[in-house]
Amino acid sequence: MTSDVVLHKNNDKGKREARNSAGANPAGAGRPPLWRSALRWESGLVLVLIAVLGYGSAKSSTFTDPSTVFYLGINTGYIAIMALPMTFVIMTGEIDLSVASMLGLSGATVGYLWHHGWSIWPAFAAALLVGLVGGALNGFLVARVGLPSIAVTIGTLTLFRGLAEIMLGALIVPAPGDAQFPDWLQNIGAESIPGTQLSWSLAIFIVLAVVFGVVLHGSRLGRSMVAIGLQPEAAEFAGVRVKRIKFWLFVLSGGLSAFAGILLAMQNASVSYGAGTGLELNVVAIVLFGGVSIFGGRGTIPGVVLSVAIFGSLQMALTQINVSAEKQNIVTGVLLLISVIVPNLGEVSARLRSRLRRAQPALSGSTAPSDAAPPPPNPRRKATS
Amino acid sequence: MTAVSERPAEAASNERILTLLRAREAGIALLIVIVIAITAIKNSHFLDANSLQQLLSGAALIALLGVGETLVIITRNVDLSVGSVLGLSAYIVGDLFKYHHIPVWSGFVVAIGIGAVCGVVNGFVVAVMRVPSLVVTLGMLYVIRGIDGVIVSGDRIDPYSIPKAFTAVGYRNLFGIPWLAIIVAVVVVVAGYAMRSFRSSRELYAIGSNPDAAALAGIPIERRVFSAFVISGTLAGLAGALFLALHTQIDNSGGLGYELTVVAAVVVGGVAIFGGSGTVVGAALGAVLLNTINQALVASRVSAFWNQAIAGALLLAAIAFDRWLSLRVTRTLKSAEGAHRDL
Repeated sequence: MTSDVVLHKNNDKGKREARNSAGANPAGAGRPPLWRSALRWESGLVLVLIAVLGYGSAKSSTFTDPSTVFYLGINTGYIAIMALPMTFVIMTGEIDLSVASMLGLSGATVGYLWHHGWSIWPAFAAALLVGLVGGALNGFLVARVGLPSIAVTIGTLTLFRGLAEIMLGALIVPAPGDAQFPDWLQNIGAESIPGTQLSWSLAIFIVLAVVFGVVLHGSRLGRSMVAIGLQPEAAEFAGVRVKRIKFWLFVLSGGLSAFAGILLAMQNASVSYGAGTGLELNVVAIVLFGGVSIFGGRGTIPGVVLSVAIFGSLQMALTQINVSAEKQNIVTGVLLLISVIVPNLGEVSARLRSRLRRAQPALSGSTAPSDAAPPPPNPRRKATS
Repeated sequence: MTAVSERPAEAASNERILTLLRAREAGIALLIVIVIAITAIKNSHFLDANSLQQLLSGAALIALLGVGETLVIITRNVDLSVGSVLGLSAYIVGDLFKYHHIPVWSGFVVAIGIGAVCGVVNGFVVAVMRVPSLVVTLGMLYVIRGIDGVIVSGDRIDPYSIPKAFTAVGYRNLFGIPWLAIIVAVVVVVAGYAMRSFRSSRELYAIGSNPDAAALAGIPIERRVFSAFVISGTLAGLAGALFLALHTQIDNSGGLGYELTVVAAVVVGGVAIFGGSGTVVGAALGAVLLNTINQALVASRVSAFWNQAIAGALLLAAIAFDRWLSLRVTRTLKSAEGAHRDL
């Protein structure tokens, strides 16, 4: 059901990206058109998803149970929500490694305030505010001061987690003597949306994914983000407000991470400062597996949604057939490696072939000069620009 | 005329840059001394030999990982797999001690070998297949941690199954200095000398400063980046053996989350995250500074809960300082250039 929609969207987006690349990225003229690789990537993901679903239903008798969808949502929903702003941030050539710490800090804020007798809605509002302010700090340091986002967000990763630790220490809220969180809120961890098997977090992710998809693939802002990722200078000269967009993307990332933190806190019905430690790399892995380029400028929301579905259902399937968490780690890593190696294979073999050709002196003439000094295809090896 | 006036201007600006860069390491060292001094005033036991030894041993592992990470970051790459490599090598060595009673020296050889293999895989995929290092080493972080978990499968190595001679490396001192710190200091000095004086190591800086220019200048980028990853993996493997010697026990969580701590220490130590500049000594000092602050907080009875927040704030300050420094250097260079043009 999803595959039709996705492929259709891709076709659409492909044309747009092709236009975009022709206009904004003259440097990429030698590469194959972007839309072709994008199209191939998401089709590949659909096949992987089908394979995972087939594998799951063949191996586990409970996999086809409707409740699988619910538990998938519980396990994956809040991570998936953080993957959306991460997609935008990586699209513009930056990275936000502080998301999981912000998730923890936001939960800690709710817990701290609840512990001190606040009622729940003001506590939520405060946690969201913390998220926006934290995101603004990232955005300010990256976009305004011009610091590398990978370094800044490793700093705020430590800082946010540290603030959460200062607030809660070893406390687990609700502590003995505290009131429990309101029942109907806690129930999001145990009950699905009435009439469906969707957890609240997964439903919210789906709605957000549609919004993010429309923004990225159907709006001026989305095209600006692609342009920034492909060529920040060119985008700037074309009138894109690079700094402002980057700043607000970090604010968005902080805000949604805080929101995910609130969801997780209610889902677990308890809060400690360490919630979500180390999740930042999972989020990045999901986004990259979804076909988003770490250098920015290439990637689709449908790809990220498929990636979420693949990781989520794979985790469910492997857990149901009692594959240990360690082995699941291997699967995650191998998938991620394959996802970056496979698209490069063509280029690698071409390079090797051209080298062989150069080694034969008889074949001089037209081919030799172009191969004489192969420019490194990855001048911007690092995550950010 | 121009030739005569050109020299002094260039020399002066070079000298100023050198002073600034030298000030960087001196500045960190000074900061370490200040932190120690303030803590010592509050708590005189902080200067006891015992607590200083603890401080050095604690920093040694991160400093050792930081050396390899520095080489990699200087080439404009990053190695996120060091924590997993450390965990894997530490456990396998412990496992061999426990079930196969291998001799002590071979523990180190095995650890270094495991690290080297991981480094070769990283280096091959990054340098030869030209896949972004952040993604490759992130994938390897999971794969190696997973392999580690499968090998461990719920087991753990306890102190009594590790030879005394091996754990001695973790607690024995030479002239009051922990062996651990001496080993790491030797690595830092050797690597520091090599990075300053060897042609091939200077080429790492060239690659990180400007990959295109480095390629045009005929630098074998693939080979150099590959070597940087192999060295980083090798040192992470060695760090695994030292980790085992220091902690005398290991399960599947050894070195969990170290990767970002190492990157943080390296960045605090003045290594630019985009490559091209920074020193091994600076990175090691960065590790010592972060650990000193941790210990200082404990010693001055500030709740340990403050550790992370302060480390994070410090890291941000270090990055901002770097930026300020590089802006100043650029301005100095520009004004020197401008002065020259005016002549």
